[in-house]
Amino acid sequence: MRPPSRVREMPILRVIARALVPVILLFGLYVQFHGDFGPGGGFQAGVIFAAGLIIFALTFGVEALRQVVSVVLTERLMAAGVLLYGAVGVLAMFLGGEFLNYSALDPLTTGHHGQHLGIIAIELGVGIAVAATIMRVYYAFVGRRLDGDGEATEPALGAEPGEGTP
Amino acid sequence: MSSVQSFSGLWAYWLIIALMMVGLYIVIARDNLIKKVMGLNIFQAAAILFYVTMAKVDGGTAPIVQSGADHAGGHGGHDVLYSNPLPHVLMLTAIVVGVATTALALALAVRIHGDYRTAEEDEAVIYDMEHT
Amino acid sequence: MPPVELLLMLLLLATVIVVARLKDLFAAAMLTGIASLLAAGLFVLMDAVDVAFTEAAVGAGVSTVLFLGALSLTSRREKQQERTRILRILPIVIVVATGAALIYGTWDMPAYGDPDAVIHHHLAPDLIAETEEKIHIPNIVTAILASFRGYDTLGEVVVIFTAGVGVALLLGGLGLRRRDAGTEEES
Repeated sequence: MRPPSRVREMPILRVIARALVPVILLFGLYVQFHGDFGPGGGFQAGVIFAAGLIIFALTFGVEALRQVVSVVLTERLMAAGVLLYGAVGVLAMFLGGEFLNYSALDPLTTGHHGQHLGIIAIELGVGIAVAATIMRVYYAFVGRRLDGDGEATEPALGAEPGEGTP
Repeated sequence: MSSVQSFSGLWAYWLIIALMMVGLYIVIARDNLIKKVMGLNIFQAAAILFYVTMAKVDGGTAPIVQSGADHAGGHGGHDVLYSNPLPHVLMLTAIVVGVATTALALALAVRIHGDYRTAEEDEAVIYDMEHT
Repeated sequence: MPPVELLLMLLLLATVIVVARLKDLFAAAMLTGIASLLAAGLFVLMDAVDVAFTEAAVGAGVSTVLFLGALSLTSRREKQQERTRILRILPIVIVVATGAALIYGTWDMPAYGDPDAVIHHHLAPDLIAETEEKIHIPNIVTAILASFRGYDTLGEVVVIFTAGVGVALLLGGLGLRRRDAGTEEES
């Protein structure tokens, strides 16, 4: 494996990553919101979105990614995704249905729209939670290296040697 | 039931069992913790394949309703024939939970390496015996 | 079994056997990614498009990155194992015995793709019918995942969240455990 600092000087990787990352993120959003109609959904979208951001970090460095998505933000989004899922369930209870019975979200019709609305909302919660968790796990592995812990023999993925050591 | 013909549909399961046993072999025969996690991943992939194999229906299609397909007729009948969607749902979540637990297992392996300076199980056990 | 699926399955088996034999963990990690991609191909052939999607994104993408990250923190090569003869043969005996027992267990199973299998007649037809009737979204897998089994999926998300918290607690992270050189946390 080449050292990451040399990887970052390779123009082909940089140019292709620059072109691909926005497409991957857009595709992640498509998978997220088109999951009702075709293959896809929150789980896949979260993974794809996180993978796109990780490709960005692998090519341009973790520090560049941290300026966009901070570690604390990923932790908050992890909890926010789970809470959004739960909140939809509780909201259905307040509207007179059972926990997670989305039909109650739309009392005017027979419940089709409520089901659709509920599924979109909880899939969004799943997507946020999954993407944030995978980002947090990636930060944990890379940060372990940057914090100068462990007798690592290989440079960590996307981490400059000695980049984070004080 | 015990004729050769009745076994002809079981080859898929047997290949998956072979796959699963390779994963089991890695887990019990290798000392490197990261390799063990790879073995667990292979075992898990085999289990997922097993479920999805059972869900397959001959002549079926992916469980996504096409608009107006109800009247097209899949098997000469009223309905389109779909593969069983229930195992798909269970395995879909199992894969994502699997990657989360893999991350946790790898984190444990990294911590063990941090404390023992080795990711080999036998060396860690020898270290423990020498230092207690 | 149709020839394409047989071919993919044999390729998958060959890849996995190479993973078991390789001492270079870096190469083994890349090969597990390839194995996931082959598995995703098999899932498409078995009509499980959603599962294939997930497997391709998770197995071939994120999982491999996690393995490489862990390898960069431990060691890249597996140590050569020096074992007595009995300890080398014993795992193979156990694995073969387990495999034989499992194959014996498949004798009563329905054939691959058998439309008359029990699982296709118990719950699945109800779920397919009710998806079209009550939920009105085309993807039956999403409908079951999010609505019929919504409680179950909530549990899965909590599991993922918990695993993320566990990794964060075990490994720390960028800046969060950047401490002075003198203080070791565990001793």
